Amino acid sequence: MTRRLVYLALTGVLMLTAFPLYFSVVVASQDNSALSQVPPPVLPGANLIENIKRVFDTVPFDQALLNSLIVAGINTASVVLFSTLAGFAFAKLRFRGRTALLLTVVGTMMVPMQLGIIPLFMLVTKLEWHDTLLAVTVPALVNAFGVFFMTQYLSEALPTELLEAGRIDGAATHRLFWHVVLPVARPAAAVLGMLTFLNVWNDYLWPLVVLASPENQTVQVALSQLRAGYVQDYSLALTGTMLATLPLLIVFGLLGKQLIGGIMQGAVKG
Amino acid sequence: MRTWLYKADTQLSPYVYISPFFILFAVFGLFPLGYTAWVSLHDWSLLSDEHSFVGLGNYAELLADPYFWNALRNTLSILALSTIPQLILALILAHLVNRPLRAKTLWRLGMLLPNVTSVVAVVVIFSQLFGRDFGLINWLLESFGLGRIDWQAGVASSHVAIAAMITWRWTGYNALIFLAAMQAVPKELYESATLDGATAGQQLRKITIPSIRPTVIFVVIVSTIYGLQVFAEPQLFAGGGPNGIIGGPDRQFQTLTLYMYEHGFNRGFEFGYASATAWVMFGLIVLAAAVNYLITRRIRSSR
Repeated sequence: MTRRLVYLALTGVLMLTAFPLYFSVVVASQDNSALSQVPPPVLPGANLIENIKRVFDTVPFDQALLNSLIVAGINTASVVLFSTLAGFAFAKLRFRGRTALLLTVVGTMMVPMQLGIIPLFMLVTKLEWHDTLLAVTVPALVNAFGVFFMTQYLSEALPTELLEAGRIDGAATHRLFWHVVLPVARPAAAVLGMLTFLNVWNDYLWPLVVLASPENQTVQVALSQLRAGYVQDYSLALTGTMLATLPLLIVFGLLGKQLIGGIMQGAVKG
Repeated sequence: MRTWLYKADTQLSPYVYISPFFILFAVFGLFPLGYTAWVSLHDWSLLSDEHSFVGLGNYAELLADPYFWNALRNTLSILALSTIPQLILALILAHLVNRPLRAKTLWRLGMLLPNVTSVVAVVVIFSQLFGRDFGLINWLLESFGLGRIDWQAGVASSHVAIAAMITWRWTGYNALIFLAAMQAVPKELYESATLDGATAGQQLRKITIPSIRPTVIFVVIVSTIYGLQVFAEPQLFAGGGPNGIIGGPDRQFQTLTLYMYEHGFNRGFEFGYASATAWVMFGLIVLAAAVNYLITRRIRSSR
């Protein structure tokens, strides 16, 4: 295939991936009557501010954004911390049962957690966490993927000599962790943090099941509310979509390069 | 005293460091899965305090319900319609990018962009595009002289629309994973193949795919597991609400997870019955992973 054809194909792919997002901006900036015209509009209109106001009037969207930010923030920090701790132990410390325990971690990556939502719901109800942000935060404080990802990274990136030198200087394990391991883990931590933030921000089924009242909803659940109803208000629904996606797109634009590196690195070894 | 402290530190620290994961997994992962099995053997409803043991009664009832088989058919159909094109496209895309190109980062960022978008956002956007009266896709079809399609109403058309959403969101991500594996394939193989006059398509089939077989197996299994659990796409495609729970007015796109959701969190909270559904799904997932593994292994050995 000639080079020019490859670029043409890739440009086509790029347009296909970007178009739905572009179109959501088009719809978000139109009023509903413009959307029922033939042909449909393909350029942004002037109604964006109006539609944003309507989103905030229809559902407590500011509260939902705040809730998502809290949940995603806490989970990102905790997943990075706990995964780095466990990854350090698996990669560089010697202890009984290490191989078996690491295999267990890898094995649990294949278990679809979604299938446990009924007893998880019962458990959360028993703990009286139903309809609170605790219910969506606590079960996701750490996960097998994070532990595995950090183990892979640290076993290569962390020089054993550095740890031995620290030991000879009399540093306890927790000091080694703070002063040697964490600085080395920083690049992988950034990628893991970003992936976690994305996943938590985009999570839908579990928050839908466990968060009932509007003021406790996360952003994805609030979005689904905008879509509900017999009469479809598309400009409203897509304005909400745009607002919920924008923060992710900004983060992606700034750090996307590292994210791709991390996904590809994790994949080669996984 | 110091040596005692040192010993305690080196021997206990590893367990302390890995304990957050194992404690959380035990409480919020393993326990729910096991407890689901126990609940599935009972007539267990949120609305009543009596939980009578019914053995495999829930499973028998489940397998006798035509709506369960409908949900299973829909799930498998959407799975096939999304996974097969998705993986073929991802392989081709990765093959295209796996060569010296200008603006490498741009193409890769573009590929990953849909995956950054949430499922909910994707469904909302695509529902508008697939709209019956004012959707862009129907408008395009009509301007090419083809008829409008009521995408939601039909079984096949709704499955195609849902599969399109899944394919759009995951193709680029899978392409990146394939690309990572492809970069480990020795360049000399391609050079000598080019000298022998092999086309790009032949190189993809004869060199690339066999060399990255473990990654292909991994991606196929992960996509299948994800595909068997599809929930948000059908639920929101029908607009949420009561039609969302049954997957369209005629259950034309109700998937297994929706079926479980319908019984567990909607109709009288029949936790026992929903748990039985969860375990049947788990069995299907294990079965699918095993079948995938065997098929992909055969492809290699028959080469």
